[in-house]
Amino acid sequence: MPVKRLLGLLLAAPALLLGGCQKMVLLHPDGLVASEQSHMMIVTTAILASIIFPVIVACFVVAWRYRASNKRATYDPKWDHSPQVELLVWGWPVLIIMAVGGISWVGTHRLDPYQPLAQVAKGTPVPANDPPLQVDVVSLRWKWLFFYPQYGIATVNQLAAPVDRPIAFKLTSDAMMDSFFVPALAGQIYTMPGMQTQLHAVINKPGSYRGFSANYSGEGFTDMRFKFLGMSQADFSQWVAKVRSSGQSLDTASYEQLAKPERNAPVGYYAHFQPDLFQRILNRCVEPGQVCRSMLMAEDARGGAASDMASMQPRGQPGATADSDPSKAAAPVTTVH
Amino acid sequence: MNTTTIDTTGSAPIEFYCRQEPPAHNGTLLGFWFYLMSDCFIFASLFVANAMLGTNYAGGPTGAEVLDIPGLALNTALLLVSSVVFGFAMLEMARQRKGAMLGWLALAGLFAAAFVGLEIHEFIGMIAAGATPERSAFLTSFFVLVGTHGFHVTMGIIWLIVLMVQAGRSGITEVNIRRLRCLSMFWHFLDLVWIGVFSYVYLIGVLR
Amino acid sequence: MLPHTMPHRAAIWNFIFGRLSLAAFPLGSNLEDRIVQFTFIGVVVIGVAILAAITKYRKWGYLWREWFTTVDHKKLGIMYMILGTVMLVRGFADAIMMRSQQAFAFGANMGYLPPHHFDQIFSAHGSIMIFFVAMAYIIGLMNYVMPLQIGSRDVAFPYLNNLGFWLTFGGVVLFMISLFVGDFSTAGWLGYPPVSELQQGPGVDYYIWGLQLSGVGSLLSGINFVVTILKMRAPGMTLMKMPVFTWTTLCTSGLIVVSFPFLTASLLMLSIDRYLGTHFFTSGMGGNLMLYINLIWVWGHPEVYILILPLFGVYSEIVPTFSKKPLFGYSSMVYATVAIMVLSYLVWLHHFFTMGSGPAVNSFFSLTTMLISIPTGVKIFNWLFTMYRGRVHLSVPMLWVLGFLFTFSLGGMTGVMLSVAPADFLLHNSLFLVAHFHNVIIGGVVFGIFAAINYWFPKAFGFKLNEFWGKVTFWCWFIGFWVAFGPLYIMGLMGVTRRLSHFTDMSLQKWEIAAWIGALIIFCGIAAFIIQIAVSIKDRKKLACGNDPWDGRTLEWSTSSPPPEYNFAFIPNVRDRDAWMDMKENGGDRRPMEGFNLIHMPKNTASGVVIAALGCICGFALTWFIWWLAIASFIGIFVAIIVHAFTYRSDHHIPAADVSHFEHTGNWNPEQQGVAA
Repeated sequence: MPVKRLLGLLLAAPALLLGGCQKMVLLHPDGLVASEQSHMMIVTTAILASIIFPVIVACFVVAWRYRASNKRATYDPKWDHSPQVELLVWGWPVLIIMAVGGISWVGTHRLDPYQPLAQVAKGTPVPANDPPLQVDVVSLRWKWLFFYPQYGIATVNQLAAPVDRPIAFKLTSDAMMDSFFVPALAGQIYTMPGMQTQLHAVINKPGSYRGFSANYSGEGFTDMRFKFLGMSQADFSQWVAKVRSSGQSLDTASYEQLAKPERNAPVGYYAHFQPDLFQRILNRCVEPGQVCRSMLMAEDARGGAASDMASMQPRGQPGATADSDPSKAAAPVTTVH
Repeated sequence: MNTTTIDTTGSAPIEFYCRQEPPAHNGTLLGFWFYLMSDCFIFASLFVANAMLGTNYAGGPTGAEVLDIPGLALNTALLLVSSVVFGFAMLEMARQRKGAMLGWLALAGLFAAAFVGLEIHEFIGMIAAGATPERSAFLTSFFVLVGTHGFHVTMGIIWLIVLMVQAGRSGITEVNIRRLRCLSMFWHFLDLVWIGVFSYVYLIGVLR
Repeated sequence: MLPHTMPHRAAIWNFIFGRLSLAAFPLGSNLEDRIVQFTFIGVVVIGVAILAAITKYRKWGYLWREWFTTVDHKKLGIMYMILGTVMLVRGFADAIMMRSQQAFAFGANMGYLPPHHFDQIFSAHGSIMIFFVAMAYIIGLMNYVMPLQIGSRDVAFPYLNNLGFWLTFGGVVLFMISLFVGDFSTAGWLGYPPVSELQQGPGVDYYIWGLQLSGVGSLLSGINFVVTILKMRAPGMTLMKMPVFTWTTLCTSGLIVVSFPFLTASLLMLSIDRYLGTHFFTSGMGGNLMLYINLIWVWGHPEVYILILPLFGVYSEIVPTFSKKPLFGYSSMVYATVAIMVLSYLVWLHHFFTMGSGPAVNSFFSLTTMLISIPTGVKIFNWLFTMYRGRVHLSVPMLWVLGFLFTFSLGGMTGVMLSVAPADFLLHNSLFLVAHFHNVIIGGVVFGIFAAINYWFPKAFGFKLNEFWGKVTFWCWFIGFWVAFGPLYIMGLMGVTRRLSHFTDMSLQKWEIAAWIGALIIFCGIAAFIIQIAVSIKDRKKLACGNDPWDGRTLEWSTSSPPPEYNFAFIPNVRDRDAWMDMKENGGDRRPMEGFNLIHMPKNTASGVVIAALGCICGFALTWFIWWLAIASFIGIFVAIIVHAFTYRSDHHIPAADVSHFEHTGNWNPEQQGVAA
């Protein structure tokens, strides 16, 4: 029976599409978070297919069966209402959406990128004495800067992490709005100037993975790629040592040099960086004399700087007091949440 | 007759066509009301901007420092009185008393013009003191929201003058009544928006 | 952040020309400029040919009197459809340039478009396809069909209708000028800051003023249609007896009224930031780009339902007509439409789940998004059950409907996939997303527009469109769509992001080339459509049909094809849904041929053309900082409006004798009526 064969074919097609190709990284990611997200995508697709495919097939079957030339088919020119059918056409989608909606609701809460991970792999809880790898990410025009505060090193366009160790990203941007995305690792998150976003992830297999900006950010956006390296703990230690041996240091001056727009930037290593640099980038006060956003926000929250009209000129001249030292700024920065 | 036929139930003939021209609709007021609703959303966006940015002083002056509350009281009074006066004009219009109507309209226009004048004065004072729209996001959202309202009032005044000329020339005709009703809605609408502006942007702006 | 980059020259020249200088013209000899030069020559040649032909055949007066100044909703509808078709070609030219770049810019080959040019092209493609193709088409359709369906002589505000068209046209003119004078925005079709704030030069300003003009035009149409439907229905046509297309027009117009102001406001704030250096969306000084992204999507998401709803209406007209059965579940259909209208307003955040809004917000918007698929699913079921136990005639409009049901259902499925917030973290901004929205917009909107054109063309012109070329058009679009966007789905799942102008992974090239071939097949579809129109015009005698060629069910088929200026000599009395079918079944299909009345109609006006032209000049002047011209044209707009307000006699009367003459001698032919396809 041709109809049945057609049905089989239609059901098989997505399965082939979804299962056949190793290169479809979104279907076979190597990081726990991405795999869970991917798993949800596949499950919901399967549920949706259970309504979409029958309907599509039915459309063609009905159109063919009741074609004008087929005089044997029943013709009921007045039939335009049926409570049973109405119940079906509202009820079936409602049930499907309840199922998919429930999955999304639970998944959205469970996979909140701001939540620290509970496990490093399916069934393996996070070891109690192993703090996550901290990485502070800055998207520049058009390259990526990674700070490793626990190791005192920084890199450009290369990110490395030991396998099975949770990574806690804090992200911001220098000028543009980008999206930090390593498809194999975890879903993306926007980076925005003056704001901090967060992402928690873990990689479960050693390898070299693609990372890039998933949000268009101007001329050099296309080349805004980096390599994400999943490594064994030993390899990671070696890698850290290699970065440290570069001898370069990232301070205000070299950061300003680095922040100039550039396409196809090479990989760069920094053995040291100024400890408060990430906070100053985030608070938009890298240049000496700029007032940090965190200070301003704290002031605004208290109802302004209690200034009179005369003090309305931009404050914070070069050589500002300790008061404007961002490292001492206690107030939290704008956190998008 | 072509148009009638015998109903299958056999009772009365069905008339499928209107043999008389149907009465002319008047959708202008409804249409204008929809326009006001859409305008309302423009103000809504600006209010949202003010709600989101209203405390981002960026080290610049705060609401408490730059917003002139006594001036605001006068301003608000002017606009509200203008609305009331416009109402008197509409009453005179309903009584077909052209002269009185024009007089009240002129008075409403004058009050509105005084409102705009005061607002411009306030803006100039703020800018002279350095509280310019470029100074901070708070001031940006303030100037644009209040300025958009002021721009509307100015447009209303121009419209009022045009309608006064038209009513003066052709009297209180059907067309002019319709136009005056639209302007009346516009006038009161701007009043309503102003109530939002003074209570949210000014009063809360000073408190927060 | 002031983009005041005045050229270095005498102050007087800067006063006269603002920042416009010879440097703004693409006079160079590099490939980029050459492309523009050849395009320019092509446009000039075609343009001069058209203008010369109009002059030669002395059609200027005719065009001005009968078309440019018309307030007739039918003529304006046709003008919108022509505008949409012309801009479809422009938008497609952008598309094929992008596809060609992406198909060949691999590895060492950097392609023929530098990023700055490529970025302008995808920005222009998106804006044009949404604002000047899809919007023009749906407003054209609603304009043409809706007043006829409700048994009205015109829309509520005929003059605003004309003005709305010309404002849209003014936006088109600005977009087209940007091709040759200066550059265009590189900030994408929504002009996200910071890109749109930081881009120097006139590009973003062209974008802003082009959209502001056409946005006002759309808003006027929206208000106009709502009032028309609420106030001008034929006697007896209660809301629940309105044709579904009219219902969808009502809902779409309502959405336009409540959402376009957000576009106007966001672009206003963006322009103030750009021109005055203020801080709505800047990174420093307290500005916040998230404000723009939220506001623009409060317009942007309803906008996609503004586009699709009228086409749902089209399908709801075509399926019953060609199944020879009333629409199944009329009330369900109406409630579903209203539900979509309301819900479409509550889902905007799903465009940026990855901004870090937190799980509570994300899951709320994820759920509202999914809820929309329920009424949409109901509609698909209802069309299915309309065909069930019918007599389905597989003519061209129905072919498009079947193509739609297949394509759109799959697009809907990928849409729900994207609405699952955790999955969206993977799929967001990927080619999967690009494939999804083309899937619903081409599969839903474009297929529907072609279905509608094939369906209502005989009404507008009195002859049918050629079936063969209609089928060629369909198959080219249908196959072309899947060949072009199937690979994008696959690449999306491979984690390829969008808007890339160059690739390093050579293994992707086969997919890109496949997509490029798909675009070429779609090109054949566009060509076949134009051939279809041309061939049909040539064979119009042979294709001539009666007033009711499809055995229609709604009132537009009860009048002549093409309808007279006044639409109906006698306004119909409506008793039932499918009013015309009811009339036909009960002997009401023969119109009275005597006792005609004097008919009151609006008079043509030149104000719309004048105001829109001034608006366009003002936009151009603002784009180039030519302040004197901007101020002069802005004042000119007000003068024109005031002058228009002093025109009291904006109507004229058609004498009963003229009506009688048309009804007796026009192409009204009672014998042909009711002849089925």
